[in-house]
Amino acid sequence: MAAPPTPSASTVEFRHVTKRYDSRAKNTPGAVNDLSLTVPAGKICVLVGPSGCGKTTSLKMVNRLIDPTSGQILIDGVDIMTREVTELRRGIGYVIQQVGLFPHQTIGENVITVPRLMGWPKARQRARADELLALVGLEPGTHRDRYPAQLSGGERQRVGVARALAADPPIMLMDEPFGAVDPIVRERLQNEFLRLQEELAKTILFVTHDIDEAIKMGDLVAVMDRGGILAQFGAPEEILAQPASDFVARFVGVDRGLKRLSLSRVGDLELQAAVTAQIGDDCGDARRRAATDPFPYLLLVDADGRPIGWVRRDAIPTEGRLTEAIAIPMSPLLDRRTTLKDALSLLLEADVQAGIVVDHKGRVEGIVTVDAIAERLRSSPSDVAAASAASVDA
Amino acid sequence: MIRWDWIPGNLGQLAAALADHVLLTAIAVSVGFALSLALALVIYRRRSLYAPIAGFAGILYTIPSLALFAFLVPFTGLSLLTAEIGLVSYTLLILIRNIMAGLDSVAPDIREAAEGMGYTPYQRLVRVELPLATPLIVAGLRIATVTTIGLVMVTALIGEGGLGQVMLRGFNFRNYAAVYAGAAVTVGLAIVVDLALTGLGRLATPWARARGGT
Repeated sequence: MAAPPTPSASTVEFRHVTKRYDSRAKNTPGAVNDLSLTVPAGKICVLVGPSGCGKTTSLKMVNRLIDPTSGQILIDGVDIMTREVTELRRGIGYVIQQVGLFPHQTIGENVITVPRLMGWPKARQRARADELLALVGLEPGTHRDRYPAQLSGGERQRVGVARALAADPPIMLMDEPFGAVDPIVRERLQNEFLRLQEELAKTILFVTHDIDEAIKMGDLVAVMDRGGILAQFGAPEEILAQPASDFVARFVGVDRGLKRLSLSRVGDLELQAAVTAQIGDDCGDARRRAATDPFPYLLLVDADGRPIGWVRRDAIPTEGRLTEAIAIPMSPLLDRRTTLKDALSLLLEADVQAGIVVDHKGRVEGIVTVDAIAERLRSSPSDVAAASAASVDA
Repeated sequence: MIRWDWIPGNLGQLAAALADHVLLTAIAVSVGFALSLALALVIYRRRSLYAPIAGFAGILYTIPSLALFAFLVPFTGLSLLTAEIGLVSYTLLILIRNIMAGLDSVAPDIREAAEGMGYTPYQRLVRVELPLATPLIVAGLRIATVTTIGLVMVTALIGEGGLGQVMLRGFNFRNYAAVYAGAAVTVGLAIVVDLALTGLGRLATPWARARGGT
């Protein structure tokens, strides 16, 4: 790629940051009260809370669209107030909900806004525009020369993200970046962005009012309460498992247990080994092996190890060879990337105890039982490692 | 009785008057636009000045044109300057209001995006806000220009007037062919200039066409 070398991500630190809009009243909407938190380099920190909790104000103080009443914000240990304001802003990607694309500029021109301000050579600007459009999943040839008004809402959001990434800033501020599109498009944009972030590893401050989005997008989640008070700051798992206050518990919702399941994937569990047998194996031998397993089913597979179906332990003939005819229909197929929430949902829907986990070639890797998922749910986040190990014996 | 044959014999005079008319209009609109843009940028920086500036331009606009020229003659004589002072005065209100409406029409999220990405205030004005204000500025220019083309006729009374001169002389000598010819050419000029400005405005705002017209 023709991309400039990626600057390493930066650390963003809020130190006792307070913003008051009215010196007498503390609780004016958007006020921030003594906010201290550190976003480590390369992490996504989601600021989430009800409207008026000061999350957007906090975000805008980082690129100095709003100046704090007191306190400091540091980027890599340097107070942002000591930096020239336009230079600071050009080093921070900025994505807003309404996108704010310039309607009089083509998509290509919009995307290279910051490189143009920084005076990159023209040829490099053009190459960068195409590279960025491709990065966010827009075909450069068909989109480069169009105007924002000719794009769908989802496409405009992508262009907004591309524009923020243009000069490869170490920090991105994203204010409800996927808020203005329908839920299906939002889901897709979220997933694409997470995949992008795996490569880019930017330090990202992300504002949303949606707790599900916060849990999904955040490496860290800062829950803010009205009056700009930081109610809890931690990993999503921690916030769901141990809400620090009634406010946080109410805000994350009564289904926080289920939400936790969406944070883990099948691959995070220690898979249970299934007793398998190939078609044509000796029945007596298969029966003996199945007898000792706690799970009362034998999994019948083909010559390549791909699952065919279950056979009840006591339905295995005492002699002869195993045939496809005795197998009963399969439980849902899962893979390591399936979230536990989806896995549980699939198992309950199919009314079965276990799902078969297959690899990318469709071969059996093991099984996941409803009990193992439930066990995972009972564990606190600090026990996660232990719980995974324990599920082997479940 | 109308002596239509006057027209073919005096095309040269009509053409000269037309050129004169165009020049008077061009000077008035150019100077008026430059002044209005400067005043609009002052207002852009200090909003509190909008009411007094627009108020003053409004007062100028309400003065009857004949009265204004009559008022100026003792100071600046029967001159081009007198004509242009009056003509420029009448463009100010329209142009200032339209430039401001154009700047104000820029959506807050676009302004914020520009600021957040590191545009300096000057860059934001020149590269974002003024281009986006173009459709409304062009609309103002069209009204101001067509109005001025009409007002130039009145300056015939102080010895200028372009096609207005042709008409005035036509009245005085009961030469109605000259009156109709002067009027027709003036109307034609207004229509042509209006269409030309509309076309230029379109060319300058390709994005507006992309949306399917403004």
